[in-house]
Amino acid sequence: MSAMVSTLDELVAGIGDGAMLAVPKDFSGVAMAATRALLKRGVKDLHVVGVPVCGIQVDILIGAGAVQTLETSAVTLGEHGAAPRFTAAVRDGTIQILDATCPAIHGALQAAEKGLPFIPIRGLIGSDVLTHRRDWRVIDNPFQAGDRVVALPAIRPDVALFHAPLADRHGNVWIGRNRELMTVAHASAATLVSVEEIVDRNLLDDPVLAAATIPELYVTKIAAAPRGAAPLALAGRYPADTETLARYAQAAKTAEGFRAFLDEWLTSTT
Amino acid sequence: MADFHDVSAWRHQTETLVSVIADLLAGCRHVAVGAQSPVPGTAALLARRESAGALRVSVLDTDRHSPFTNGACELFDCAAEGRIDAFFLSGGQIDGQANINLVGAGTYPSVDVRWPGSFGSAFLYFLVPRVILFREEHTRRVFVEKVDFVSAPGTSEPGIYRPGGPHALVTPLGLFHFDRERARFRLASVHPGHTVEEIVAHTGFDFDRDPAPAVTPAPANARRALMHEIVRGEIAEIYPRFAARFLG
Repeated sequence: MSAMVSTLDELVAGIGDGAMLAVPKDFSGVAMAATRALLKRGVKDLHVVGVPVCGIQVDILIGAGAVQTLETSAVTLGEHGAAPRFTAAVRDGTIQILDATCPAIHGALQAAEKGLPFIPIRGLIGSDVLTHRRDWRVIDNPFQAGDRVVALPAIRPDVALFHAPLADRHGNVWIGRNRELMTVAHASAATLVSVEEIVDRNLLDDPVLAAATIPELYVTKIAAAPRGAAPLALAGRYPADTETLARYAQAAKTAEGFRAFLDEWLTSTT
Repeated sequence: MADFHDVSAWRHQTETLVSVIADLLAGCRHVAVGAQSPVPGTAALLARRESAGALRVSVLDTDRHSPFTNGACELFDCAAEGRIDAFFLSGGQIDGQANINLVGAGTYPSVDVRWPGSFGSAFLYFLVPRVILFREEHTRRVFVEKVDFVSAPGTSEPGIYRPGGPHALVTPLGLFHFDRERARFRLASVHPGHTVEEIVAHTGFDFDRDPAPAVTPAPANARRALMHEIVRGEIAEIYPRFAARFLG
């Protein structure tokens, strides 16, 4: 195996206190097993960027006290309802929330991957999302007088962390249709990926896979983690463990219930 | 989802809502449906079936019902290019100017009640021509005079690029159309079994209405049959919990 391949513990060693950490939405491959390894090690003061929304992963990170700032377009447990630790943290003011809108997160990451300082975006003008974002500006379209657009500064995360179905031992990672993971990898200083399986052949040799594969150029480390997105689903591989998700949604309604769930989750292996 | 003691009453109501929303999609070429939207999803698939294939339906975050291959940003790019005619939005609060609030009740940021967040609303509301507002709770708690936080505004001042915006509001009690010039809702029809007085009593904003608004037509038997067929098929695959409840 190459230097790209590590254990989950080694993988998350690349996420330091205070890091800006980008994570994907539930459908795109959330690195739950790696998140468990990260919390076991202990981490604090994260600036989490939800690309473009987040769910149980970030709710657990918030509940565990690992998040200082959260930039996202939404936090939800989907059909299991509100994200209880997020909700409590916002109410109590224990995290800083930077409310965004989905295409703004995507756009700001695209600015970063192109090395641009900012990117313009439509919409937003007249919303309180814009009012409360002091880092966003309304500017004039330089090509058309009177046309105003919102300018978003690039988001350049320190680390991207996600889970994918397949990688090779060189560190090439197949992401299928979840192309925003490619953008996140391009935009981030380091990209850490847990995967269902690591194969010996080079994925870039297969033209059918290559276009949906993040080249190792952008990948810092990979680690094998079968069922590494559970209890969330991994598209094409396994469905969500709805029983565990429902149990979390119920337990995390109180700080005590969350703590009991977390203690159990940190010591479990699935 | 409202808490019904009587599942058959909920089923009956859902059939009406699906039917109303399907009618609102007439003439569209492409409608996108977000995650966790079983009623709009059923309506969109019904409209597709009735359009004999003229309507394209994209259900986000599904493998088989989404055409997108460029990741989570593609919906927004597609909308910005004018390739999506209709989309659905909702709100923890919706006011009489069609401003929607998906963030929370109270004073931001330490709101009293926090909801998930604005998602793509602050963009899509500006760009999708026919945004249908849908909420399964019709109370003064939801339909307020003024939202506490504007996730996305119902209207924009002149000069703001805005090909899109609110088209209609569908609730369990009635159907409203939105007049963008006047920035006001107009009650278009009252669903069977409900009254104008009931709607006024449960709506926190002022709206326009005819002296005797129409009664929403109940779906014809053929349409109901088609609806059930769709729920047994595609919808059971995308929204299994909803399908199980709807089919009983």
